Amino acid sequence: MQGVKNTIRTAVHLFAFLFCRMTTAAAVDPTGTNVFAPQSTPARSILHLSTFVLTITGLIFVVVFTLLVYSISKFRATSTNANSEPAQVYGSTQIELAWTIIPVLIVVVLFMATARVLHAMQDAPEPANALEVTVIGHQFWWEYRYPKLGVVTANELHIPVSDAAHPTPTFLQLLSADTDHSFWIPELAGKTDLVPNHPNRMWMDPERTGVFLGQCAQYCGTQHAKMLLRVSVDSPEDFADWVREQRQPAVADERVAAGRRVFETTSCINCHAINGTVANGRFGPDLTHLMSRTTIAAGAALNTPENLHLWIQNPDAIKHGSLMPAMQLSKSDLDELVEYLETLQ
Amino acid sequence: MSSNTITIPGIGVEGKPWLETLHEWVTTVDHKRLGILYIVYGLGFLVVGGVEALIIRIQLMHSHNDFVSPQVFNRMFTMHGTTMIFFMVMPVLFGFANYLVPLMIGARDMAFPRLNAFSFWLSAFGGLLLYFSFLGGSGLYGAGNAPDVGWWAYAPLGARAFSPGHSTDYWTLSLLVSGFGSIGTAINIIATVLCMRCPGMKLGRMPLLVWLYLVMGGMVLIAITPLSAAQIMLLVDRYLGGHFFDTQAGGSAVLWMHFFWIFGHPEVYVLVIPAFGFSSEIIPVFSRKPIFGYPVMVAATVGIGFLSLTVWAHHMFTVGMNSYANSFFAITTMAVGIPTGIKIFNWIGTMWGGRIQFKVPMLFCIGFLFQFLIAGLTGIIQASVPVDWQLSLSYFVVAHFHYVIVGGILFATFGAFYYWYPKITGRMLSERLGKWHFWLFVIGFHLTFDVMHIPGLLGMPRRIYTYEPGRGWDTLNLIVSIGAFIQAVAILVFVWNLIISYFKGAKAGSDPWDAWTLEWSTSSPPPAYNFATVPVVASARPLWDLKHPEDPDSQYE
Repeated sequence: MQGVKNTIRTAVHLFAFLFCRMTTAAAVDPTGTNVFAPQSTPARSILHLSTFVLTITGLIFVVVFTLLVYSISKFRATSTNANSEPAQVYGSTQIELAWTIIPVLIVVVLFMATARVLHAMQDAPEPANALEVTVIGHQFWWEYRYPKLGVVTANELHIPVSDAAHPTPTFLQLLSADTDHSFWIPELAGKTDLVPNHPNRMWMDPERTGVFLGQCAQYCGTQHAKMLLRVSVDSPEDFADWVREQRQPAVADERVAAGRRVFETTSCINCHAINGTVANGRFGPDLTHLMSRTTIAAGAALNTPENLHLWIQNPDAIKHGSLMPAMQLSKSDLDELVEYLETLQ
Repeated sequence: MSSNTITIPGIGVEGKPWLETLHEWVTTVDHKRLGILYIVYGLGFLVVGGVEALIIRIQLMHSHNDFVSPQVFNRMFTMHGTTMIFFMVMPVLFGFANYLVPLMIGARDMAFPRLNAFSFWLSAFGGLLLYFSFLGGSGLYGAGNAPDVGWWAYAPLGARAFSPGHSTDYWTLSLLVSGFGSIGTAINIIATVLCMRCPGMKLGRMPLLVWLYLVMGGMVLIAITPLSAAQIMLLVDRYLGGHFFDTQAGGSAVLWMHFFWIFGHPEVYVLVIPAFGFSSEIIPVFSRKPIFGYPVMVAATVGIGFLSLTVWAHHMFTVGMNSYANSFFAITTMAVGIPTGIKIFNWIGTMWGGRIQFKVPMLFCIGFLFQFLIAGLTGIIQASVPVDWQLSLSYFVVAHFHYVIVGGILFATFGAFYYWYPKITGRMLSERLGKWHFWLFVIGFHLTFDVMHIPGLLGMPRRIYTYEPGRGWDTLNLIVSIGAFIQAVAILVFVWNLIISYFKGAKAGSDPWDAWTLEWSTSSPPPAYNFATVPVVASARPLWDLKHPEDPDSQYE
């Protein structure tokens, strides 16, 4: 049995691997979104359970498929027998009992395997050294707050790697500011929804550093498709550096004071916050350390000066239907504003 | 009114002015005409919903495609889902119920003919109301036209804050109105089956299809009611200041999910149980054997009916129920697999030792068996809660439920079309076109829905109007889209077959398949009031008894 299981597991992995190779050859990013390539305990337990469930359902499939194929090929009408009726059989209590009891046993086994993994993952106690992050889903971006570290950021989650020597899992508290969303990084964990008035919890303990991708999985409105997720798993040192930088107030560079004035005197401040300025809006992402992020618009575009220009002037060109309004700034105001944003390291 | 209902369809119609014919159809209370109206209405929406599916598939052919805007795309998948469930599959199944149940139990009409007509027209206007949203949905706000909240309209997306204008109102009202139609028809089916059977037709002698429609009727009563209640609550929220689902004011989004899915999951079985019924009629006739284990099949159906009322929250494994609730819904969901498996085994038992004739109705039922097997097994996989945390809301789920609805229900329903079309029109559907239809549809179906599982495993969520390149989803989505177009061609062949055979098909006679149930004892199409003299039956296969007086079923009862 163990041998069969291993063979099937290998086959499943091989398939997954082939698919990755075949289809992500051109990928820029080192990681994909493949549920067969787990890099964290929850995703790995799910894969193991999946392999077990797939094995059992696969065996059922083979048995029933064979019976079906056998009966339609063996019992076809032929020219010699088509004119008479076959023996009229109405049923058999023994056979009915057999094909009732065997499925019952299979269901019991499947359920016990499921319940074990379910309990282990969902009711896992939170260790004292776990990192806590509050994730708040918005139409159509992610807000992250690290209550114990005093860090607020958006769209790109930074968490420490959790190797065997220093297990530091991350526990996410999931909230929603508006509609339902779902947090899904396939290689780190299964998905959990962010439901208004219904706080949820999930956890992950990534085994290696790197950037992991995912996106909102619960339909949340017009731009559900471009509510992308990036999780940067950092080494403990990199993570400590990142936290230190995020806790700094915003850079106040006098050379871009004009751009800062544009920011502070337009409606930008109604929605965005920049630490150390009058801007404290919470409807849109916190921009205090905008330049520490690789992308803008929840992953819809790379964080380049050109894209920032475009995003401020015509957000629909990047993300049609997002809640960022077109700001209608003059050319000079826009240039100064982007120059200012470019300093927010 | 009675002067209309005794008109025999197909006879004496030629000479009439079209207005009079139209008037007869609009005012009819004849169960056969209403059945045909239901079916034609459903087929119309099959084409509309199919076009919406094609728009979705064109948009998803490659990454960053801009064939339609996100707004249009969101309307398309909302309308596609709502249309196919409520205005395509349900009407077609109700149509067959209307047409076949009285004929199969030797009755002359449904128990409540006028309620029957009323229910049909409610459903019909429900569909029109939904599609009127394309014109009237902007309302005063100029926001949107057709609804774009998804077919389950999770709160608070349906609240006025997130759905201004009237598009969501049209969605709500259309489901409410057609829901009342469904309840009326369900009551009618139950009353007909329980009260209108001919002499000798004991419950244990009813054709399985009738049994299954009885269970379906009961489930419609239980399932549609909470949906209607939820729609009324949503209307109260939107216009009377209620806060049931208004999360901004402390309402509960999870409550809506429970309301929706305690309708939504039994609904799946409401749709699939008649499909089981079609197979349970067609497979025996083309295997030339009685159904294997009749009482077990009845028991399994009733078992599915009850169990399916306890599984709804398996649609909600990701919304954060506690582990006990998750475990409960996991085991009930897996348990539904047991009676369903028993059914598949009994169909195999029916074919075993038979002399199988591969006519088109049987081909579709064999397709149904293979595909429903896979659909059931992927369902079991998702019942395993942690696995579902990966698969839920992804394209794997989309592939799974299309496997159920297209691979299972639609295949069996196509079988029913080929099987009963001769009874309904008096002419055979073309076998040649039927085989084209079958094979094209099989190829298109598998190209689309086998492949569609894989992007889900590679992390592609459902309901996204576009996706990033480099995720490995491009090629797969292109294949899926190509399959969709092959299916569309197959549907065109089918529609062409329906039309051309109506005029040029071979004459069917009353019993073209050498079958055993009562509908084949009357002419094709049956006269008004079906039977000149009410039949008397002595077994589950009255026509077998008639054709084989030396070895009648009745002597084994």
